[in-house]
Amino acid sequence: MAEPLPVLEMTGIVKEFPGVRALSGVDFRLFPGEIHALLGENGAGKSTLIKVLTGVYSLDGGTVTLNGTPVRFHSPSQAQQAGISTVYQEVNLCPNLSVAENILIGREPTRFGRIQWKRLRREAAELVDRLGLDIDVDAPLSSYPLAVQQLVAIVRSVGTGDSDGPGSGTRVLILDEPTSSLDRDEVLELFALMRRLKDQGVAILFVSHFLDQIYEVCDRMTVLRNGALVGEHLVRDLDQVGLVQLMIGKALDQLEELHDHQLHADVGESLLTADGVGRTGRIAPFDLEIKKGEVVGLAGLLGSGRTELARLLFGADQPDSGKVTIGGRQVPMSAPNDAIAAGVAFCSENRRAEGLVPDLTVRENIVLALQAARGWTRPVPAAQRDELVAKYIKALDIRPADPEARVGQLSGGNQQKVLLARWLITQPKLLILDEPTRGIDIGAKAEIQKLVVSLSEDGMAVLYIAAELEEVLRLSHTIGVLRDRKLVAKLANGPEITPTRILETIASGEHQ
Amino acid sequence: MTTTTTREPAAPDSRTPGRAARILADRRLPVLVTAGLFLVMYAVGLSRYQNYGFAETQVFLNLFIDNSYLLVAAVGATFVILSGGIDLSVGSVIGFTTMFTAWLVEKQGLPIVVVIPMALAVGAFGGYLMGYVIQNFEIQPFIVTLAGLFLFRGLCLVISKESISITDSTVSSMAQAQISLGGGFLSVGAVVSLVVLGVAFYVLHHTRFGRRVYAIGGNEQSALLMGLPQGGTKIAVYTVSGFCSALAGLLFALYIQSGDPLHATGLELDAIAAVVIGGTLLTGGSGYVVGTLFGVLVLGLIKSLIQFEGTLSSWWTKIATGVLLCAFILVQRTMTSRRSP
Amino acid sequence: MTTTSRWRALSRHHLFWPVAVLVVLLLVNVPFTPDFFSVKMTDGHLYGSLVSIVLFGSPLILVAVGMTLVIATGGIDLSVGAVVAITGALTCSYISDQADQDALSGVLLAMGIGLAAAVVCGLWNGFLVARMGIQPIIATLIIMVAGRGVAQLITDGQIITVNSEPYKLIGGGYWLTLPFSIFVVAAVVAVTVALTRRTALGLLVESVGGNAEASRLVGIRSRRIKIMVYVFCALCAGIAGLMISSNTSAADGNNAGLWIELDAILAVVIGGTSLLGGRFSVGGTVVGALVIQTLTTTIYTIGVPTQTNLVFKAAVVIIVCLMQSPKFRAKVFGGGRFGGRRGDRQAATPADTAPAPEAVRTMEVS
Repeated sequence: MAEPLPVLEMTGIVKEFPGVRALSGVDFRLFPGEIHALLGENGAGKSTLIKVLTGVYSLDGGTVTLNGTPVRFHSPSQAQQAGISTVYQEVNLCPNLSVAENILIGREPTRFGRIQWKRLRREAAELVDRLGLDIDVDAPLSSYPLAVQQLVAIVRSVGTGDSDGPGSGTRVLILDEPTSSLDRDEVLELFALMRRLKDQGVAILFVSHFLDQIYEVCDRMTVLRNGALVGEHLVRDLDQVGLVQLMIGKALDQLEELHDHQLHADVGESLLTADGVGRTGRIAPFDLEIKKGEVVGLAGLLGSGRTELARLLFGADQPDSGKVTIGGRQVPMSAPNDAIAAGVAFCSENRRAEGLVPDLTVRENIVLALQAARGWTRPVPAAQRDELVAKYIKALDIRPADPEARVGQLSGGNQQKVLLARWLITQPKLLILDEPTRGIDIGAKAEIQKLVVSLSEDGMAVLYIAAELEEVLRLSHTIGVLRDRKLVAKLANGPEITPTRILETIASGEHQ
Repeated sequence: MTTTTTREPAAPDSRTPGRAARILADRRLPVLVTAGLFLVMYAVGLSRYQNYGFAETQVFLNLFIDNSYLLVAAVGATFVILSGGIDLSVGSVIGFTTMFTAWLVEKQGLPIVVVIPMALAVGAFGGYLMGYVIQNFEIQPFIVTLAGLFLFRGLCLVISKESISITDSTVSSMAQAQISLGGGFLSVGAVVSLVVLGVAFYVLHHTRFGRRVYAIGGNEQSALLMGLPQGGTKIAVYTVSGFCSALAGLLFALYIQSGDPLHATGLELDAIAAVVIGGTLLTGGSGYVVGTLFGVLVLGLIKSLIQFEGTLSSWWTKIATGVLLCAFILVQRTMTSRRSP
Repeated sequence: MTTTSRWRALSRHHLFWPVAVLVVLLLVNVPFTPDFFSVKMTDGHLYGSLVSIVLFGSPLILVAVGMTLVIATGGIDLSVGAVVAITGALTCSYISDQADQDALSGVLLAMGIGLAAAVVCGLWNGFLVARMGIQPIIATLIIMVAGRGVAQLITDGQIITVNSEPYKLIGGGYWLTLPFSIFVVAAVVAVTVALTRRTALGLLVESVGGNAEASRLVGIRSRRIKIMVYVFCALCAGIAGLMISSNTSAADGNNAGLWIELDAILAVVIGGTSLLGGRFSVGGTVVGALVIQTLTTTIYTIGVPTQTNLVFKAAVVIIVCLMQSPKFRAKVFGGGRFGGRRGDRQAATPADTAPAPEAVRTMEVS
């Protein structure tokens, strides 16, 4: 393929946040008429790059050229006017308006200030038609499923500023995880639209966590890790194993090793069994068994269904199939309370939104789960509470060691420890940890991992989710591998299980 | 190829919702329900009070005359509620306008034609200020318009603690003017309120501003990301509401022919109730200003039915309004919970 | 410890600003009424401006204390004024039907009936908010609209006057030289503090209001908590209703407790409880209610026409809200200085570059 000039070229992009370098000298280019995948784990810098490109963030270094001219956007609307449109995972349209209005709102045809409804409908219908879609533009957007709303969002964004025909105005279309809640047919329809746009010369930047989809529709991919460029490859030149290796990388070298850690062998009887538990659109039905004192690790890429699986086992989301048995009793899982009563604890990956109450003190956050279980009428006696809190602040080395400090002011690692302490004082039988080490410093990381080991030695079952394979591998007796919202393998840890082996399983989705 | 989906492939007809579902999801349904309710109530009135003159055209037209100010205020409230906000200052602005008008006309001797634009400007400016604070400092509309409620009611009292009756001849001739219509007549106020309704309908459905009001009410975040200038729209919405309240105040002054610091206390509740009964979602984004007309007519009809009944006291109006409000809120709730995916 | 650091610790206390405003307002009175702070003993009763501020502020304190808990869960209750009217109407109409209005048992029964009605209103509000998932401002609007009609229905549109000595005690009587209502308020505040801080209710309320999703995931049964606070709020409003009707020896379905919901919300906000929910301070609310009452008194004593009271109140609402608005502080003070505990909620850690969900936290109120 003779390479034409890139429509968009970003060189040496630097973006810094206080204390964090989110992007360090990233190069990225996008050619007309290609679908280009942007890949990377959580925190790799994908969304930061997109936000810099669309003018949401200002850039701290580097240049962006569009069609050979240097540009600098200060707002998304500027970027849009220059022909860079974005469609996000959550459809940003108004469900209460008609499809036609959603496509054209903000630039409705008017005469003397009066909207020309007939013309508006006609223009919208033409746009929809020319993109090969079959949507009734008069119907309210909310009458359509999410997938169609997504297509409408694309129609809107490519229709922006075009005068000579659809797509003539939009040169770059960014699709940020558009497929994460679509089913197969809907994905195919989206891909068909993407290919049509590509044939019209639009450059599409596609973010997705589904490897198959990337291999199905993309021409080229750029992989980021830890805010840096890892590589740009043509899709046909790089196989899935190679890609997964690039994405996960070897970022753990500097982490303190658990010296010659041997997994303890005293795994007890079965604690939790999940039979065909699943939820439509989140994760395919899976079977899983967790034994007392066992650490089950979940490996898989971001968006592969790790969190979704954990949330079903806690009742944070309600499963729509299968049954969960804990300690021999079937648990209804209609709300977290059911799981909590059965001895399950869950530390969400999203500490701020789903874990902490930032306004409350460390002490209050720590006793919250215990208190919730006791009900409001039976407060934890002050002496016992202070003793427990002091014990866990000391045991987990929470800093500042001040139970009166507001938890919102603590660092990420200490917040994580507060969450751990909250659940540990309830003495759960199964502890679910979703990315407990994300965004915290290396010292705290090692401490949390050691804690997991010692808890499991004491007979607690742990379901451990982490992006880093070595971390999962080092801690887990059993490793569940997820790929594209499906639990594809359960591997008993042993000498033959290596990161490469897991990588292959993630990449191929097959196991022996 | 491995399947990436966990769901059954969508049935081919999932695109086009079933007919029943479509009717139920139709946003015009609540308006039709309210219109139907109005007709049923009217029919009940006809059958019960036929011999007491309920069937006279004028009884029907009086609904428009007696509720003209409420209609105008409710139209303003419709803008605010459609945009997802709320305006509690309506009643106070109305009360203030009656005082302001009566004071200027009676105590200062200004001609009414000069006073009208002044009163409207003050109301609109008050609304603008509230909108400005809501938009720029991100304070809840509830609390900002609450301050507006206090402020305007306070300003009423600052003008005078006593009621001022309006004896100006121009005003009384305006108040007594009758526009004959079929078997009856309408007052100037009623005609003005219907014109306001028509203008509001045009603005909401045929101008970009109107559509932005719906867009913001539907999803403010999206409206922002779609590049709509929502800041201006929000401020404009409260300005419209302030203007409508002031106009409603003028109509009220015309109707009562006096200014009183306690006029229209709590009228904002009636206005909000009329909007909700008229099928507009209190969460914003869905509803029709025509529905508001029916909401006002239903409230007015309750009042006149209670009058015709004779044995029922006026407080039944409030109870009936509350019951209707409750019913419509619960219906709205079930409708929205079905709609959201 | 230096004086400056002690001063800083003091000024950081959550009651500092409300109390400072209250003190300033009280001091403003002194040049106009030199004996403002003096308390006289006449006929075995204490009299004085301070006593009357507490006396006249009693119903507001009661309603505002109940409102505090509702607001702490992230809700709001607009129906308290109507509940005040209903309770007063029911109680007075029952007492006025008695042959002997001074019979203690009859009065107690009447009060019980009135408070039971208040509890029913609270249950209804709680049901709509917690079970049906209706926004609190909308759910409580229903009783706000219909409640006054119900109150007038009970009194048959009349102002029912009662002539009952025992009943008079609650709102207008004296006990141990002080107005009896002060004891009622003290008891209710004490019960509230005990109920929220001696049990775990306060913690759970703050958790539900501070982060609803985290509370769900930690297993807090927030529905029950919400229903409970609406019932408690209505009960407080009911007691205030008894007090108001007892003070005037009359039940006025139309005007009793008019606008008290707005004053109560204002008192809560002045007291430092955010309308977004979360941390609450009953003490702050009491001070806030006293500020509002003192404002009224001050306007009266310094000779400003009383009718400007509402204008002042509007100014207070706006100033308090602007001070609480992070955007306003950022614009006027350039952030930092007034960056109290509300401010740093906005300061999402830059490490989580994903949009922090709490930044777009919408308010349940509007």
